[in-house]
Amino acid sequence: MVLRMRAYSIAIYLFLYAPIVLIVLFSFNSGNNAADFQGFSVLWYGKAANNRFVLEAVTHSLIVASTSASLATIFGTMAALAVQRVKGVVRLFFDAMTYVAIMVPGIVIGISTLIALVTTFGLVNEMLTAIWPGDPATAPRLGMGFGSIIAAHTLFSLALVIVIVRARIAGMDRSLMEASADLYATPWGTFRQVTLPLILPAVVAGFLLSFTFSFDDFVVAFWVAGSETTLPIYIFASIRRGVTPEINAIGTVVLTISLIILFSAQLMLRRGEKPKAKAA
Amino acid sequence: MKRAALSPPPTERGPGEGPFYFSIFMTKTTASEQADRRSRWVTTLLLAPSAFWYLALLVAPLAVVVVFSFGERAAAGGYQAAFTIANYLNLPARAAAFRNTLVLAPLGTIVCLLAAYPLAYYLAIKSSPRIRLFLLILVIVPFWTSFLIRTYAWMFILGGRGLPSVIEWLGLGEVRLINTPLSVLIGMVYGYLPLMVFPIFVSLERLDKRLIEAAADLGSNPWRSFLQVTLPLSAPGVITGCMLVFILLMGEYLIPQLLGGGKVFFIGNALVDLFLQSRNWPFGSAVAMSLVIIMLATVTIYLRVTRRYGAGRDVSLL
Repeated sequence: MVLRMRAYSIAIYLFLYAPIVLIVLFSFNSGNNAADFQGFSVLWYGKAANNRFVLEAVTHSLIVASTSASLATIFGTMAALAVQRVKGVVRLFFDAMTYVAIMVPGIVIGISTLIALVTTFGLVNEMLTAIWPGDPATAPRLGMGFGSIIAAHTLFSLALVIVIVRARIAGMDRSLMEASADLYATPWGTFRQVTLPLILPAVVAGFLLSFTFSFDDFVVAFWVAGSETTLPIYIFASIRRGVTPEINAIGTVVLTISLIILFSAQLMLRRGEKPKAKAA
Repeated sequence: MKRAALSPPPTERGPGEGPFYFSIFMTKTTASEQADRRSRWVTTLLLAPSAFWYLALLVAPLAVVVVFSFGERAAAGGYQAAFTIANYLNLPARAAAFRNTLVLAPLGTIVCLLAAYPLAYYLAIKSSPRIRLFLLILVIVPFWTSFLIRTYAWMFILGGRGLPSVIEWLGLGEVRLINTPLSVLIGMVYGYLPLMVFPIFVSLERLDKRLIEAAADLGSNPWRSFLQVTLPLSAPGVITGCMLVFILLMGEYLIPQLLGGGKVFFIGNALVDLFLQSRNWPFGSAVAMSLVIIMLATVTIYLRVTRRYGAGRDVSLL
């Protein structure tokens, strides 16, 4: 029975990793046919690294991911700390919104953000043109772009950070904060010296997961990107144009980056759990 | 000296204040009131940015979708103000997308569950504790790596020159896999299996193994003790896992797009078509609202029905 189960588990691991291994393997293909392997080479990595559009897309993705993850981590941690202290309607609002932000499909978030922003920008642009003193054609205009992608990504990541940090706060020993206050620490001092070190692993993990989400997201960015291109948008477009080993090379790099980020996140969460295990 | 002890010099007392012991009491009250007020201010400031984000980028956009869903399509596409329920009455025009989603999302969830449970059971109960954590991380890792690239890998595997050519070479006849409901199903199970394994693993790992031993001591065979002890106790994990996977499958766009190739399409694909090709924003909004309502209703009923098994206590995104 145990043997059969182990065999089954190995089969599942093969199922999970075979496609990934295949991508990595074919990224080193020297031929330009994606389907048969003709020899080892790093040709496609060179091609991808010299492709202006790829570099641009990677830069955009890094900017969007780091900005939205930073905003979400700061605002989300702030909210997670404060939401414990409120009751009634405000508490209900935050709990419901966090639930809705995570539950509503990305595609609906993308579409609703798009039509809301397009409508708002339409009105604002009309007003701007009306009050613009110079030539109406030179009036400043609001449009979709980095700002809208960052704002939309921050929404989902915010909910993610709130959930992760609140779970951490719930598992925390409250008597430490009380002791700190009893020993005449100011609220800010208690936060800096007691609370923050305790929740830091969850905060860092929240940041890394938000970064990964944003870096990987296609479905939301697709709607609100305007004319900007992020890496997943570029990859999606190239898949539709036809498969080349260049995508495999880009994919391998992306997989490696997300693996590194993911393992750091795991490591952070584990490190944070150690003192608790000792106490128990 | 005696006099000074009884009442402090007048300069230390403000006009209209009581005796000194009273004034100490008074300052204490105002200090705690001040601290209270300050703490309320701090709380408000801490919540303000997230509240703004939720209102401006979640509540307002969803409200716009609700308003648009009752509007009319402008001649050149987009939205024109109106109040009509025609868009909702027109929903059967997209019946195929609803049918595909409502059949394949629950089916994908069930297949995911059946595939994930034995693995979670093996990891939590039978595997060596030394490598247990490593094996678990190995399951979760793919979920957090590029979804697009992983789905694209299946295009490659299921495409004409992948698995079907191997099957043909083995002399098992000609098959077509890509752009069929089966390929979409494979993609869905592949994409969301880790999300199912994790909560089941958590609830199985917490289970007191002595209960299984007790069942065996009392003469129960392994199969029966699994059905009567292990399975009911892992219910919270099963319920949570099914919910997470179902939610994500309902809104799926990429998997049907890449592995269904326009033949097997979901509500998500219908939305892209409506908003970008036919530019019928009001009808698209009605479809989007229906998707959200179906999801909210299903999940609420599901949680209500399964509450007695202790679901939702360990919703975890990691």
